[in-house]
Amino acid sequence: MSILTVSNIKKQFGGLVAVNSVDMTVEKGSITAVIGPNGAGKTTFFNLITGVYQPDEGNVQLGSSSLVGLKPHEISRLGIARTFQNIRLFSNITVLENVMVGLHKQLKAGIVGTLFQTKKVREEELRAQEEAYHWLEYVGLAQHLNEEAQNLSYGAQRRLEIARALASKPRLLLLDEPAAGMNPRETRELTEFIHRMRDDLNVTIVLIEHDMKLVMEISEHIIVLDHGEKIAEGKPAEIRNNVKVIEAYLGKSAVTPA
Amino acid sequence: MQRLTSKLKGNKLAQIILLVLYVLVTSLSLYLAQASVTAFLLLLVSLLLLYYTELPDRLKWVIAGVVLVGVIPFVASTGPSYQSYMEVATVVGIYVAMALGLNIVVGLAGLLDLGFVAFFAIGAYTYGIFATAQAANFMPFGVFPLSGDSFWIFILIGCFVAALFGVLLGIPVLRVKGDYLAIVTLGFGEIIRIVFNNLDKPVNITNGAMGLASVKPPEIFGFQFVYPNQFYFIVLAILLFVILAVRRFEFSKIGRSWKAVRENEIAAQSMGIHLVRTKLLAFAIGASFSGMMGVVFAAKQTFVDPTSFTLLESITILVMVILGGMGSVPGVILGAAVITILNLQVLTEVTNYLNQLSLNGVISFPEALSPAKMQRFIFGAILIIFAIYRPQGLIPAKNPVFDEESLKEGSENHRKKQIKVESDKGFQA
Ligand SMILES: Nc1ncnc2c1ncn2[C@@H]1O[C@H](COP(=O)(O)OP(=O)(O)O)[C@@H](O)[C@H]1O
Ligand SMILES: [Mg+2]
Repeated sequence: MSILTVSNIKKQFGGLVAVNSVDMTVEKGSITAVIGPNGAGKTTFFNLITGVYQPDEGNVQLGSSSLVGLKPHEISRLGIARTFQNIRLFSNITVLENVMVGLHKQLKAGIVGTLFQTKKVREEELRAQEEAYHWLEYVGLAQHLNEEAQNLSYGAQRRLEIARALASKPRLLLLDEPAAGMNPRETRELTEFIHRMRDDLNVTIVLIEHDMKLVMEISEHIIVLDHGEKIAEGKPAEIRNNVKVIEAYLGKSAVTPA
Repeated sequence: MQRLTSKLKGNKLAQIILLVLYVLVTSLSLYLAQASVTAFLLLLVSLLLLYYTELPDRLKWVIAGVVLVGVIPFVASTGPSYQSYMEVATVVGIYVAMALGLNIVVGLAGLLDLGFVAFFAIGAYTYGIFATAQAANFMPFGVFPLSGDSFWIFILIGCFVAALFGVLLGIPVLRVKGDYLAIVTLGFGEIIRIVFNNLDKPVNITNGAMGLASVKPPEIFGFQFVYPNQFYFIVLAILLFVILAVRRFEFSKIGRSWKAVRENEIAAQSMGIHLVRTKLLAFAIGASFSGMMGVVFAAKQTFVDPTSFTLLESITILVMVILGGMGSVPGVILGAAVITILNLQVLTEVTNYLNQLSLNGVISFPEALSPAKMQRFIFGAILIIFAIYRPQGLIPAKNPVFDEESLKEGSENHRKKQIKVESDKGFQA
């Protein structure tokens, strides 16, 4: 059963076609990778799914509801969460609070309840703190709960972004270059972690990644973008030997030596 | 000195004793040496010292209450400058509330608002129009001026009207960001002032540049509030509410949403935060504090005209927030107090002193250079110095500290629940 269906989606910035008529179907519970050289349009593709940009053409469908025309916060409420290539944390607040923001859409506290600190609001806030702490434990950042997010190491910041996304209880999780800037050991841990996350939480994952070892190891399905176009799609083994893909990454000369 | 502070650290009893001594000495000197501004200021500083003690919060509140409600009004009451001290204290209270309101907008939600005084004006005019005969010009029914008894309801009305205007302003304004937002709010502040200045025709609503005179003083059970020492208590009560409200908002879902929007709009949205609603709420709540104090201001001055609500006022409130520390409640309170006292007391005192010297022929000091006229220069200098050397302000904002042990226990339950919930979660659509 497919959870996300992107059909014929297109986005233009001025004269540049960043994403051109791309289709993608994501199976529920699967791990899908989106790969391609820098500037291929991968991040733009994510931005189109999450409502940061509106597509010029085409459709995005989550379950049975179309996402086109919805604002990012509405799409988040339908069950998509994401991380960002250039980390976007709430830098000046604590690690725990960062995760708590992920829980916000489940919290009901309003102005009056907050002003009078009703029992319900206090309870809810306490539960939210506990749940946020749980997610920190899950990604291994529990001991940093009171630190400012900006003081975490690079790898820890990436994990915090994942914790924040998980806290929002997504059905679909989009990871934009989660291993960027990580050393081989961290990358290996991340690979295991992504697997574990999918199995524990029953969440569907789509990730953009340059680390081919990680991609080949982890993904069940891969789509390849180049200059905004989808040039290949298939299982890791198929992509590995695809001529067009090798061309896109290494240039034409790699395939047909002069 | 260092030895002294290290000894004091952790010794609560010594802290209390020293604080009480300090309050006693300053009170006594204020009580005996009548018109001593210094003693009055030093007495106010005791509240700052109190903030830095390590006493439990509850005790701090009680002590602050005793000093503000009992000690200050009492020891100041004997001298000829009683009313002028209470006037200063009252105005400080008004500005503190406004600065706390602006702090929500600028400090917590990160929206630079250069027209904040507009909401103060709206509050002041709301009461001013109905507590003078002015309302009779356009109201088809009712007898105006309303009696001073209505003041108490008007505090609420001023609060809501200002909040409403906060939302009305926000809807068009929040489409722009950063520098543009600052310019647009600046424009809004001026527009409001100019509208009040010109709304005397075709229907005379605000009485234009003439202003509204003889605003009814507040009244309760036949008792009228006319003197600063009486308004002092009204302001104190509202201020208590404002501080309580700000602290509760700050560490709630609402406050966290503001901070999230301030830190990163795209991330906040992608976590499900409704950007426009969150910003509007900041505008509305910030404005509402100003609106309430506007009502008090109109009643205290018994006169409202557009000249009280210039751009300089908006800038002054912003300076209070920046000086004190953006997003920091104690900081903003301190900033507002420092700037107000600088304005009302220090600059005028220094000017008087210099004039005295000129009169006696000690120095010849040109009128044009009198410190009272250099307000803008001084604010400008403060802004620059703080922007460069201490951008986090006098008392930087602090993040909450969570107790790891208690959270550890609580998170156990979530772990057990999580697996179950996640596995039977189907499509909502
Ligand atoms: N907001 C934007 N305005 C203009 N051009 C953009 C914008 N976002 C991305 N682009 C362009 O679109 C192309 C694809 O970018 P991106 O999606 O970030 O690539 P990738 O993530 O695959 O490296 C690039 O040429 C980039 O410069
Ligand atoms: Mg990218």
